[in-house]
Amino acid sequence: MAFTFAAFCYMLSLVLCAALIFFAVWHIIAFDELRTDFKSPIDHCNPVHARERLRNIERICFLLRKLVLPEYSIHSLFCIMFLCAQEWLTLGLNVPLVFYHFWRYFHCPADSSELAYDPPAVMNADTLSYCQKEAWCKLAFYLLSFFYYLYCMIYTLVSS
Amino acid sequence: MEFPFGYGLHLENYSASSGHYPQVPHEAVPSQLDNQYVADYHSACYSIPVQSVMTPSVGPSMLNTQQLYSGAPHPVESAGGLTQGAISSASYLHTSVPQSYSALSSHYSSSTSSSVASQGFSLSSGHYAMPTISSALYPNLSYPSMSVGSPYGQVFTSQSLPAVGQFKETNTFPNQSSAVPRTLQQQITLGYNSTSWSTSDFQSAQDNFSRNNTGSLAKASSQINTVGILDSLHPVSQNVQFTNPGVETSVVSSAVTSSIRTPVGDHLTEPASVPSSTQPSESLLQEAIDSSSTTSSASPVINNYDALEGGGYPETNSATSSPAPTPQTSRMPKPFGYGYPTLQPGYQNATPSTSAMQPSNPGHHSGFQQYPQQYPGVNQLSSTLGGLSLQHSQQPESLRPVNLTQERNILPVSPVLAPVPNLNSDLRKLNCSPDSFRCTLTNIPQTQALLNKAKLPLGLLLHPFRDLTQLPVITSSTIVRCRSCRTYINPFVSFIDQRRWKCNLCYRVNDVPEEFMYNPLTRSYGEPHKRPEVQNSTVEFIASSDYMLRPPQPAVYLFVLDVSHNAVEAGYLTIVCQSLLENLDKLPGDSRTRIGFITFDSTVHFYNLQEGLSQPQMLIVSDIDDVFLPTPDSLLVNLHESKELIKDLLSALPNMFINTRETHSALGPALQAAFKLMSPTGGRISVFQSQLPSLGAGLLHSREDPNQRSSTKVVQHLGPATDFYKKLALDCSGQQTAVDLFLLSSQYADLASLACMSKYSAGCIYYYPSFHHSHNPAQAEKLQKDLKRYLTRKIGFEAVMRIRCTKGLSIHTFHGNFFVRSTDLLSLANINPDAGFAVQMSIEESLTDTSLVCFQTALLYTSSKGERRIRVHTLCLPVVTSLSDVYAGADVQAAVCLLANMAVDRSVSSSLSDARDALVNAVVDSLSAYISTASNLQQSTLIAPNSLRLFPLYVLALLKQKAFRTGTSTRLDDRIYAMCQIKSQPLVHLMKMIHPNLYRIDRLTNEGAIHVNDRVVPQPPLQKLSAEKLTREGAFLMDCGSIFYIWIGKSCDNSFIKDVLGYPNYASVPQKLTQLPELDTLSSERARSFITWLRDSRPLNPVLQVIRDESPAKTDFFQHLVEDRTEAAFSYYEFLLHIQQQICK
Repeated sequence: MAFTFAAFCYMLSLVLCAALIFFAVWHIIAFDELRTDFKSPIDHCNPVHARERLRNIERICFLLRKLVLPEYSIHSLFCIMFLCAQEWLTLGLNVPLVFYHFWRYFHCPADSSELAYDPPAVMNADTLSYCQKEAWCKLAFYLLSFFYYLYCMIYTLVSS
Repeated sequence: MEFPFGYGLHLENYSASSGHYPQVPHEAVPSQLDNQYVADYHSACYSIPVQSVMTPSVGPSMLNTQQLYSGAPHPVESAGGLTQGAISSASYLHTSVPQSYSALSSHYSSSTSSSVASQGFSLSSGHYAMPTISSALYPNLSYPSMSVGSPYGQVFTSQSLPAVGQFKETNTFPNQSSAVPRTLQQQITLGYNSTSWSTSDFQSAQDNFSRNNTGSLAKASSQINTVGILDSLHPVSQNVQFTNPGVETSVVSSAVTSSIRTPVGDHLTEPASVPSSTQPSESLLQEAIDSSSTTSSASPVINNYDALEGGGYPETNSATSSPAPTPQTSRMPKPFGYGYPTLQPGYQNATPSTSAMQPSNPGHHSGFQQYPQQYPGVNQLSSTLGGLSLQHSQQPESLRPVNLTQERNILPVSPVLAPVPNLNSDLRKLNCSPDSFRCTLTNIPQTQALLNKAKLPLGLLLHPFRDLTQLPVITSSTIVRCRSCRTYINPFVSFIDQRRWKCNLCYRVNDVPEEFMYNPLTRSYGEPHKRPEVQNSTVEFIASSDYMLRPPQPAVYLFVLDVSHNAVEAGYLTIVCQSLLENLDKLPGDSRTRIGFITFDSTVHFYNLQEGLSQPQMLIVSDIDDVFLPTPDSLLVNLHESKELIKDLLSALPNMFINTRETHSALGPALQAAFKLMSPTGGRISVFQSQLPSLGAGLLHSREDPNQRSSTKVVQHLGPATDFYKKLALDCSGQQTAVDLFLLSSQYADLASLACMSKYSAGCIYYYPSFHHSHNPAQAEKLQKDLKRYLTRKIGFEAVMRIRCTKGLSIHTFHGNFFVRSTDLLSLANINPDAGFAVQMSIEESLTDTSLVCFQTALLYTSSKGERRIRVHTLCLPVVTSLSDVYAGADVQAAVCLLANMAVDRSVSSSLSDARDALVNAVVDSLSAYISTASNLQQSTLIAPNSLRLFPLYVLALLKQKAFRTGTSTRLDDRIYAMCQIKSQPLVHLMKMIHPNLYRIDRLTNEGAIHVNDRVVPQPPLQKLSAEKLTREGAFLMDCGSIFYIWIGKSCDNSFIKDVLGYPNYASVPQKLTQLPELDTLSSERARSFITWLRDSRPLNPVLQVIRDESPAKTDFFQHLVEDRTEAAFSYYEFLLHIQQQICK
């Protein structure tokens, strides 16, 4: 029973992982909101509704953009910690996602990086379904890793 | 309904008519075809499925007038007719097709045997005087008869319908009232007085007749609307046939005639009642194509309901089952045409109403195998028709393998037309015009797997707000829609019984509302299927108050004008103000129309035009970081109340800034101000900008490196530099405001960023590179013409467009200028008639339980008159299960346009070279997939199905297009503009942009010429785009859509230069010639009428540029010769070899 650095890492990542799960859930909800317009069909034609809807979309996209950086940095933080703690297996599990995040972040279509989740692009059904799938996958990944971290934490605490 | 395609379409209709024979077994509807056409057109390919029962022949005259039931053209060539007539026997006979038809016979006999016995009653009337006239007429290509045929063809039971169709033809006659009854009688005459009818059969036919006649009186009148609409069209060349006073009206059984006449009389007198529910559409411009279709007199009478609903209607059935000793097939499934050219009845399918269309149809295959046999016939036909654009001339052989590397003349001599979906005749006739709605695959594959195998893109190309010459407009308090998917009722729904209809998109069974049962046109009750909504695939509803929660917005126009030094120097202000002054009264709008002006340089200037002021007041806001409106209520003023002030301002404006030294441009702040001004109402902002915005929000920096213009590697900066314009556009879109951009810049102006303001607000973009009013007169003229069109064209405000499709298909990507509000709803602040859209689709669930899929676009907009209207287009396509069918139905032009749209997206999101690779791969993949399916072909040669034979050529043209070319110096703005156009142009214009048409015009002849509005328009053959076709002795016209080049060879015939250009010899032709003089010579007249005809076919008036062989502008011309090799790109042949190499790899 020893409180090693590795154990600390796992405890911290457990907490942060909860945050990531929350983010992923929020993403799913947001994309769902973008996808479905709950108003009645006739209401679509109403210009007032059009305005509301547009504001809504913009707001959601704005929030989505805000969440990009925290999510990515939290996840990178894990990896750095696991690297320091020399938890190779855990690191190996997380590395693909880190690379994916890097790719997403730096592979921005336009000149300005602000354009990730920009409203016209996100509303494209193709992009939207991609984002939605991505969010579900992440949720699954984070959930699994949550329990994995929990197990690892207990294991490190108990074993050494 | 409109029939934009002139001849082709009608032809198609015609041919179509034979298709539904089978299920119309013995309706005695002797339709009056124009006999001459029967003879000429249907020589070979109109086959008749039918065991035609013929009257014993009378003589040559009768042959020409042969009448078939239900308007099926009989395969009679005048010579052939003789024999046939001779053979036919008196009673019902399964006519084995006469010998003279050997080409056809094999085919037909095969088809007929399996198919239904429908009988053509060929009637003859000796006294019918037409043939002579008609034959004289024929060279002038009056096809109109086709369309006459079409209504008949589809008529199920109603005798009076043909009469209506006929009437339409005739209603352009000077002596209408007399003409109509006459034609009617004529018809009847044909039916009854054929002297030689064998009596018993005749009797039964007569029975049919009278029943039909009486039964369908009411139905006939449902056509009124279309009649009313039609009259804007004047069938020109065709008039003659029917006006023929010599047509004798002879013995007519009086009872019948009277019953028939009445409805017609109604029609004649009733036009007054027409507007009540249908009005001729306010078509601003009649495109020439449309007007040429005039010649063919598009008759939108579509009355196929019965046919569609084959089994559904008791009364129709009773009519059909009148005594006739022939095989009774009234309940036979519908033919669902697989016989390619003419839809042979060999292919049978279930009626849509029962929805039991069996995909695994035995008839299908037999039908398919028919085509080889049919080629000769069809080819022969097309060759006899010479230069006519026969729409389906390539259709029957769309699967014929073409060896691309060996075929030297791959380009047809006449313009390529849209393939016709392989539907049965009535559906085909009802289907939406390919100009408004086209699918890349006219045969939809059943599963995504099949689609993946074919490696062809699946998508739609839309031109929803096109100017139409005829459009049924429906006013009704309830608009009938499906309760679950909200689909509008359309011709492809099925009526289960009188009270219920089944949605063709989601298959829900809906009730027919009480109101829909009553047909206001006929004042009859219980015929929901006769309503115009169910008769036309393109209709416009005037929406009830449910569709607006606020009063419809007035037309509001705001002009934002750049008045910096650069702009003043270019001198565009004069042109804009002049055009506005000229068109002020023609701006679409009603009494509420409002207008306003903002000018800007480094400050923003507003103009107070409040009524009552003595002169316009200029208000300058210099605080560009926080723009405010100086007087919010008097900047946008009522056009009519303040007209004088507006005129004062417009005449003063060009001179107000003449001495300005301000070089900066604060576009961003000016746009913010414009947005603030417009947000309470919404409307249209027109921005004129002449340089890179350099001050305030949204300022941009030059990103273009001129040295990189011809780089073959990376092209950067295709995306916007800032979010400002996109955000502004979204805000505008939310306030129902569209921003249209006119960029008149001689230097780099970062169109990539500026274009965002129009892209997401559903605006449009015009770009005039190196614009100068005096140095570049061609651009100045273009601006003037574009403005004229821009200011006067139709406009729809606060629009939304939704595209629905049959369950199983899903739409996933949209292309065009709009904002996607929810996954299938496009928000369009403005809609203009020149906007095109493209849509990509995928097949989510396999379409096994259906054999038809439908697509419906509904565009809800506020017209400039403040009416809320919904324009609905419905397209119906067959589903196929085999790969070869998918290839057979490929629409190469639509596919190329869709690929171009996808490539634009790809180049912005990834890179240009990726996009280019993707284009090449699209060809390679589809052709290799085709080759691997056709196992009997040699693997080493490059084979394409005939339907895709132009695919490599078009893709090569696309690779050499400004948007995608590399290696050739291309300014970034030019490139971006080309991309914007690809995204927002409708297919017809886009195709011209990608692959221009080249004609030789120094030797125009009247051979194959067509007649449009009393003018003879020569139809020179298309030349392939290669320098090898250019000869020094000739003069060539290249039609690039927005610009016409006339290239004159060095040793061009002096007589051409003198007679057409008006200069004594080649050397004296000036460098900048933009007009052809009106000379009184035959060749000048021909050239001008040809060019005018080309011009009229498009909304934007193209500029003409005459280029001498050695002039510097020559490169503009030569860059369009896509089949030639350039230093940076393949020639066509090399490209083919490259593809072949890729395939073999």
